[in-house]
Amino acid sequence: MSDQYQLRCRECGKTWGNIPRSFCEDCFSPLEVAYDYDSLKKTVRRENLAGRDFNMWRYAELLPLPEGFTGPNAVGGTPLVASRKLAAKWGLKNLYFKNDAVCFPSLSFKDRVVATALSAARRFNFTTVGCSSTGNLANAVAAQAAQQGFDACVFIPADLEPAKVLNTAVYGARIVRINGNYDHVNRLCAQIADRFQWGLVNVNLRPYYSEGSKTHGYEIAEQLGWTLPDNVVVPMAGGSLITKIAKAFRELVTLGWVEAKPVKFFGAQATGCSPISDGVKRNLARFEPQKPNTIARSLAIGNPADGPFAIKQIRESGGWAEDISDPEIVEAIKLLAETEGIFTETAGGVTAGVTQKLIAQGRIHPDETTVVCITGNGLKTTDAIAAEFPATEAIAPRLEAFEAYLDAQLGATAASAKA
Amino acid sequence: MSVTIEIPTAFRRFTGGAPKVDCSAATVAEALNQLTARFPDLGRHVRDDQGQIRQFLNVYLNEEDIRFLGGESCTLKEGDRVLLVPSIAGGSGL
Repeated sequence: MSDQYQLRCRECGKTWGNIPRSFCEDCFSPLEVAYDYDSLKKTVRRENLAGRDFNMWRYAELLPLPEGFTGPNAVGGTPLVASRKLAAKWGLKNLYFKNDAVCFPSLSFKDRVVATALSAARRFNFTTVGCSSTGNLANAVAAQAAQQGFDACVFIPADLEPAKVLNTAVYGARIVRINGNYDHVNRLCAQIADRFQWGLVNVNLRPYYSEGSKTHGYEIAEQLGWTLPDNVVVPMAGGSLITKIAKAFRELVTLGWVEAKPVKFFGAQATGCSPISDGVKRNLARFEPQKPNTIARSLAIGNPADGPFAIKQIRESGGWAEDISDPEIVEAIKLLAETEGIFTETAGGVTAGVTQKLIAQGRIHPDETTVVCITGNGLKTTDAIAAEFPATEAIAPRLEAFEAYLDAQLGATAASAKA
Repeated sequence: MSVTIEIPTAFRRFTGGAPKVDCSAATVAEALNQLTARFPDLGRHVRDDQGQIRQFLNVYLNEEDIRFLGGESCTLKEGDRVLLVPSIAGGSGL
């Protein structure tokens, strides 16, 4: 096989070629995609990127894509927003928001992982693809499956936010609602992948799927002028993204595309579902699973599959993990919108709010370069903040009515504005 | 108690292909011990060197992860199902 990559067991190191499987058949530990970096170093150059569009496929050689693959759509390539107002408010000199709230096509970073997973699904000749999902992943699978001609069947907790269900249904995907939380759904999907010949992106295609997350990290480095930040703050659900951003940075160092530099990784969770941050803070050998109870539904994974790796990554980098309450999440969503013009979903509120907490704790310093990863769009979780913005009274379409309205609303301020 | 242990496909080469194994046990720990006594090659895949259930193996009693039921000492009722499900993790190395 001419692939520059194959699956390798994290624990026993056995290699498996390229097959749709997420765990080693010998020792049942997780499989990951391993690359021939010596060979890549000779053939892949940073300069080659110059003529390519700014989306995730510009890093194709660093992804597990079949030979001759061409990206079917412009996934990724999202803005790195240099913060002015929040940076000033929080006293930071170099603060950035990596904004995957505007990721194409379904407005979350899950578009990246689904993109690599479906390239694997096609390679393995699956005609039906699916996932267990807290919402964003189902949206991404449904959208890209529709475009690429796969049948899609997604499994979600029955009580998911209506907007996320609608944003999946509209693409024609079959939606199976499960009476249970995400961890129940995920367990069922492990059993389904065991029984059916389906490409479940975050189950039997998981090694290929999770590699797509690396492009979030590549883009950060490239948008910082091929340098690495000092700190990255990442939301954690299953715990995969934070480890894959770290992998992306290590790869760029290995390839000589950026200079080596210590990067601290900070994980963000909601207090109502915080098994990973709890594991970091209490220095547990194994995290303790939790029953999720938070408005941050997209992070509500009580038994995070990559939790052990996320904890290790955070600890070894000298970073930390924190969690915030539901009211703090709502406040952070509003703060990010009011200061940076970025409307993020609850997970982004978690990340922004945790960043604020980490700064207050003195774990993130003013002179350092800090990147905060915003992974989903606020239009998907409007229910979580609707109560903050009650409908206002309507007025008559007359100038006097508006003046009266202004007087009532603003009092003296309005009076001076009129003058 | 007479209970059934459901075996994932990947483990069945250790159970002679059997997808289910019946046993009589009072706790999940007892059921797992009977399973691995009967199929010794399965033992190292169920427990690590310290005798703990392996980190990347999830064990369920009916619908619930046993870690929410007090761990493997949780007691069994007649007809209970014990599920073994390999954890789906990706991890990251270079």
